[in-house]
Amino acid sequence: MTSTLEDRLVKLEVLGRDQGLDYYPVTFEEVPDSFMMEIAVYGLPVRMPHWSFGVRYIYQLIQHRMGHSRLFEVVFPGNPGQAYLAKNNSVQENTLVTAHVLGHADFSKNNELFRRSQKQLGYKIVELAASHARRIAMAIEEHGEAKVERVLDAALALESHIDVFKGVRRGSPNASDDAKSATSKDPFKARFQDLPGEGDDAGNPGSMNDESSATAAAERDLLWFLAQSAPEMEPWERDIFLAVREESFYFYPVFACQIMNEGWASYWHARLLREADFIPQSDYLDAIKTHSDVVRPHAADKQASLNVNPYHLGFSMWEKIIEEQGLEKAFEIRAQDDDFSFIRNYLTEDLAEELKLFRYEADKDGTVTILDTDINELRDQILAPKYHFGSPTVLAQHVDTDGTLHLVHEHETDGRGLDLGRSEKVLEYVQRVWRRPVKLETVDATGTPRTVDCPAS
Amino acid sequence: MNPTPSTFSAYGGETGRQWYDLFSRGARDWLRHNDKIREAVKAKLPEVISNAEVMGSGDRTVQIPVRIMEHFRFRLRQNAKQQGAGQGDAKPGDKMGQKKRGQSEGGKEAGGEGDGGYEFAVELKVDDIIDWLWEELKLPNLEAKSGGVKDDEYVREGWDRRGARSRLDRRRSMKEAIKRRAVNSKGPAFIDEDLRFRQLARRQQPATQAVVFFAMDVSSSMQVRDRQLAKTFFFWVMQGLRRQYQQIDTVFVAHTVKAWEFEESEFFQVRGSGGTVASTAFDVVSQAIQDRYDPSQYNIYLFYASDGENFRDDHDKAEGLLRSLGAQSSFMGYIETPSSEDRALTTETAKIFSAVTESGAPSDSYALTSNDSIWKAIRGFFQEQLAGEAA
Repeated sequence: MTSTLEDRLVKLEVLGRDQGLDYYPVTFEEVPDSFMMEIAVYGLPVRMPHWSFGVRYIYQLIQHRMGHSRLFEVVFPGNPGQAYLAKNNSVQENTLVTAHVLGHADFSKNNELFRRSQKQLGYKIVELAASHARRIAMAIEEHGEAKVERVLDAALALESHIDVFKGVRRGSPNASDDAKSATSKDPFKARFQDLPGEGDDAGNPGSMNDESSATAAAERDLLWFLAQSAPEMEPWERDIFLAVREESFYFYPVFACQIMNEGWASYWHARLLREADFIPQSDYLDAIKTHSDVVRPHAADKQASLNVNPYHLGFSMWEKIIEEQGLEKAFEIRAQDDDFSFIRNYLTEDLAEELKLFRYEADKDGTVTILDTDINELRDQILAPKYHFGSPTVLAQHVDTDGTLHLVHEHETDGRGLDLGRSEKVLEYVQRVWRRPVKLETVDATGTPRTVDCPAS
Repeated sequence: MNPTPSTFSAYGGETGRQWYDLFSRGARDWLRHNDKIREAVKAKLPEVISNAEVMGSGDRTVQIPVRIMEHFRFRLRQNAKQQGAGQGDAKPGDKMGQKKRGQSEGGKEAGGEGDGGYEFAVELKVDDIIDWLWEELKLPNLEAKSGGVKDDEYVREGWDRRGARSRLDRRRSMKEAIKRRAVNSKGPAFIDEDLRFRQLARRQQPATQAVVFFAMDVSSSMQVRDRQLAKTFFFWVMQGLRRQYQQIDTVFVAHTVKAWEFEESEFFQVRGSGGTVASTAFDVVSQAIQDRYDPSQYNIYLFYASDGENFRDDHDKAEGLLRSLGAQSSFMGYIETPSSEDRALTTETAKIFSAVTESGAPSDSYALTSNDSIWKAIRGFFQEQLAGEAA
């Protein structure tokens, strides 16, 4: 059985490369279902321990037992890429999965967001995460589970609060002091500073303790900000924050290109299988059945779904693009776009109509009313959960002289205030590593400003 | 140049086991979650337990329903109306069935942090709960009293070359054989002289048996709530004493104007009518001590629960009996469940007990008005026991 799959992999690769797929080699590995499930839960094959993963694991297990979820493949970009296949899948299923993975591998090598994050993190995310896990295991040994957990509670809660535009490697917020003092000594820096537009503050985010620049330089990357500026954080605690942050930079492109990426991989598994004359007809039919199970708008026994399946949406969009604009253009789009530009530029009115997309509104009692099929509204609705890494925009605004940290929620951008109960809990996590009072400004249901306050414990 | 080909490795099966075959991170982190739940339950244990469901359970475990914990993140407040994008046959204006709120808004959220969290039950061993409580309430661990009460007991003491086969100490015997062969390596592996047998000796130990009398006024003035409070108090006192003594007998005495012994199962159900004559209960207790529980063999505890009403004519008789019981007992506790807080421990019965306490008998009184006060009373009781031990 495995030899069949191995043969097919070789032939699928030839076929794919002929058609223009360009990717780093992929290490395929068959693993048991249980391990597949854990990879899906943790997002990485080896990752730091935290009880919240246990919670996700149990939900996943419940879903799995109820037959609601089935995992076909997990793939990690890198050079080489790493793909896991479920050993309990049939050869037909895994043939399809192999082709699918090649699509992902092409996407992650060429897409700009993936390229950038991989360039910053090195091309070995799996190993990087494993080394984080090892360091954290050592920290647990040295400082005890409770202390490490306290740091992870905060860091993982802020997991998605990074600034992807500023990148992984940044100086410290106090770098300006160093830069200034260095200026006098370093003639190159001195001449650089004299250049037009290279004032004192250029190129550094500004000192947070500096009242005058405080409002101008509110910080989006909370993980980075806390790691750099927390008054009494231990070095090993910073280490954990930065480890979580590095992983977030890896996760961002996966999140921000989900529709494109899954669509692209689905397009390619369909295309490669269609053209693979070395696959017997009966196997092809089985594989195609698997395809239509994954890439379908809604469950077969339902008329409509209240979610848009990203596999199906992406797949349909790529088919349309390639049909109308050719493969070359498609390669260009997969290199340059992310879901935001992809949806805005290529989810056309015709396609939306063809796919029967609609917008709806659900009441508190659960009654759903179909609103409209307006294309602009639809695009906004599909993208709404994706802005800012799927999290509300919370910024670090300034630090008082007594060390009080002020966070501010940009409720105008987000359209409404934060869930106050949860915010309070998150502030508690943060306060335990910040070790001084933490305050957060947002608005309540009536739009009245509210300050969530977590005094030093 | 040909690009590097991808590689494929099949599952190793039984022979090529990987670490993930033997270890589940998900399970490890789930267990950690459960530990946290236990800690949380532990932190508010007195409240959890004061529902008093613990006592009925014969299998000595309790199930406490809890919600799966949420790892909190910043989230936007949920709007009264939730919008989303869907796909399928539907026209604007159509109404459709139910959407469960709190479902993730699109994307393939792992579903881990949904609002509609599952409930599950943590099972706690009553023994664990008691251990925690002792920690939580900082209750002392009492030592068995070494008063005048002594018991004969066989204890292990020394070794001998002769003994019953079952008392053969193999480790010692082996040592002897090794020693012998170190001197003379030619000898056989074992000879009879190598064998060592454990010896027993008869020693007098402080008595580790006790009898606890639980007496309760079951006249009509004792409400259901009063009984519940008394029962809870009795239960925890009993748990504490169990940690102290190897063997404990319990005797349950209920009284109105007369008193009877009951089985535990019936004791808390008993309802009487009419007035209250406390001395009848004390009389039954005295009688039992005289017949069955020789004070030289048993540590004697008496706990008496009442709302405090007692016939005035009974005062002298009750006090007399209590004084003589006090002379024989390790401790006497009076638990009052007054109808209102300000009347606590000013009642007829309370006066009898306080007189006895003042005369130097090992005794005290506790007012139970709410579930909270039970913990105060229990802590008071055990701390007095500790103080008495130190004295």
